[in-house]
Amino acid sequence: MSTVLPGTRAAEAQDVPRPLQQLLEQQDYLFRAVTRVGGGIVLAVMALVGLFLAGNGIGAIGEVGLGTFLTTQNWAPETNDFGIAAVLWGTVQIAAVALAVAMPLALGTALFITEVATGWLQKSLTSLIDLLAAVPSVVFGLWGAYMLQPNVVDFSKWLSTWFGWIPFLQVDGVDPGSPLRDTVPYTASAFIAGLVVAMMIVPIQTSIMTESFRRAPTGEREGAYALGATRLGMIGTVVLPFGRGGIIGGTMLGLGRALGETIAIYLIISPVYAINFHVLEKGANSIAAMIALKYSESNESAMGALMAAGLTLFVITMLVNITASAIMARSRSGAESEG
Amino acid sequence: MTMQSASGHALAVFDPPDGEALPDPLAGSDAAELDARAVSAWFGERKVLDRVSLTMAAGQVTALIGPSGCGKSTFLRILNRMHEMVPTASLAGQVLLDGSDIYDPGRRVTLARRHIGMVFQKANPFPAMSIYENTIAGLKLAGIKASRVEKDFLVEDSLRKASLWDEVKDRLHQPGGGLSGGQQQRLCIARSLAVSPRVLLMDEPCSALDPTSTRRVEETIASLRDQVTVVIVTHNMQQAARISDTCAFFLAAQNDPGAIVEHGPTEAMFNYPQDERTSDYVNGRFG
Ligand SMILES: Nc1ncnc2c1ncn2[C@@H]1O[C@H](COP(=O)(O)OP(=O)(O)OP(=O)(O)O)[C@@H](O)[C@H]1O
Ligand SMILES: [Mg+2]
Repeated sequence: MSTVLPGTRAAEAQDVPRPLQQLLEQQDYLFRAVTRVGGGIVLAVMALVGLFLAGNGIGAIGEVGLGTFLTTQNWAPETNDFGIAAVLWGTVQIAAVALAVAMPLALGTALFITEVATGWLQKSLTSLIDLLAAVPSVVFGLWGAYMLQPNVVDFSKWLSTWFGWIPFLQVDGVDPGSPLRDTVPYTASAFIAGLVVAMMIVPIQTSIMTESFRRAPTGEREGAYALGATRLGMIGTVVLPFGRGGIIGGTMLGLGRALGETIAIYLIISPVYAINFHVLEKGANSIAAMIALKYSESNESAMGALMAAGLTLFVITMLVNITASAIMARSRSGAESEG
Repeated sequence: MTMQSASGHALAVFDPPDGEALPDPLAGSDAAELDARAVSAWFGERKVLDRVSLTMAAGQVTALIGPSGCGKSTFLRILNRMHEMVPTASLAGQVLLDGSDIYDPGRRVTLARRHIGMVFQKANPFPAMSIYENTIAGLKLAGIKASRVEKDFLVEDSLRKASLWDEVKDRLHQPGGGLSGGQQQRLCIARSLAVSPRVLLMDEPCSALDPTSTRRVEETIASLRDQVTVVIVTHNMQQAARISDTCAFFLAAQNDPGAIVEHGPTEAMFNYPQDERTSDYVNGRFG
């Protein structure tokens, strides 16, 4: 027998949310304290770096004015004629080349690892990618300058000969009809620097994408196959939508790295301080490479200018990384609530 | 491929010219007989099914019953070539769809699966798609182009068959993942029906559903009788008795592969079982 309660509400009860508190166990208290300190230190370091760059750089920017700083291409702090335009352009250009090459490569590799390879091949590829991520950038730089560049300049030349009508693939100062193998104008370009940076960011992009593709649940995969999907169809309807956050996030993290890459670019480019639209042409620059190059020969005021450049880079990479993690966090929670 | 509205109801689709033995799935085809012959299955070295033969008559509902782990799901997954998705899995025997073996080397797996649809225990709508897109996902996966009108028709028709239309007709373009569990399961049924399968396999489709949703799904199955051959795995004896025409009882002794102990008309299986073990199982006196 069930008891039927009268449908009345206790009138005397206070119908307001009551405060919820719990007594923390000693262990939890300690744990919370330790994690708080850890998190606090990370935030403090970030803030200190930002403050340091701002404190040292803003003075230099103020000297020439923000507008001039952002639009001037030359870098001559001695004569107070310096600006970020050329190196910022170069940074973006190299990063764009790197991303355009690395993104499809990483996507393909990640799909191959998760969807095609099985068994030992899958395992060894995964660890190989992680290994590649651990190769220092100076090694990549040397490899790029002495191994990749001599082999890739002919491709650069071919590209500009046949696709030179696309403005940014044009290379000035060469005679395409000349029978001599003159590849010097194609060396030390943003294109080659971008290729090397691409090789450096492929591993991180691949491993983030691989991880997100693995999360695509078996149930949905089988659902697609049971409808008569081909493997490609299944990837398109299940794996890629589930992995969208990983694709975008991985790409953006790679972009963040590409923007900040220093030594590999430094070893390859021949620095110019003018906006060069031609990616295949000799002469490029990047903020980070310029700072590395100028650092040792700078006096105090030139140092301030470099700090201003560093501040610009810091702000840009912060923005890129924050966007990346926001996208990843949002799509991850979305996938979970839907799964 | 092209698609035409034939007789305003069935959607006719023409096959690519390389010639398939099977008629095309969307050609308004009828229910087909499914005949499993001496099917054995292994996971690695372990044999889990031993020479199971069962004829599932066209347009009828066949229920597979039996205790947990006796190989019902494995058998069902062999019927539409999902078994081979498990890397270590292997099998022997034949599965004949209207007389021709779906494991024939010249046969395309994708086409066999489109003819023999499957609804899983856990509802698995595609989360990135709306209800509308989910329903006709099979068309997109098969690379079939359809006009807006044809799609609209197919969506409504399939959702009605799955008795979901009234609940979702005002929010067709919202995500499929936003439905309740029971609605998601019926969406998955609609999705399977949209490609006009000749056989529909269901692996415990109601085990995660409330009584009302369960009743809805059962009504759907009843309304599909004659149009589609249904093979359903269930642990619910009343359900098996309510919805099925024939019934097959699977059993696996400890560490032995599973096999069919008894099969026949549901009526007979429940009322006059020949085998004592069947009698014990259908009357709930079993392990
Ligand atoms: N992926 C797999 N790998 C290895 N063994 C498996 C796999 N799937 C199932 N098995 C084994 O095969 C046997 C049959 O499993 P199956 O899932 O077909 O049983 P079932 O009758 O569907 O059980 P239930 O009623 O619990 O769903 C079980 O012993 C199980 O352990
Ligand atoms: Mg099962």
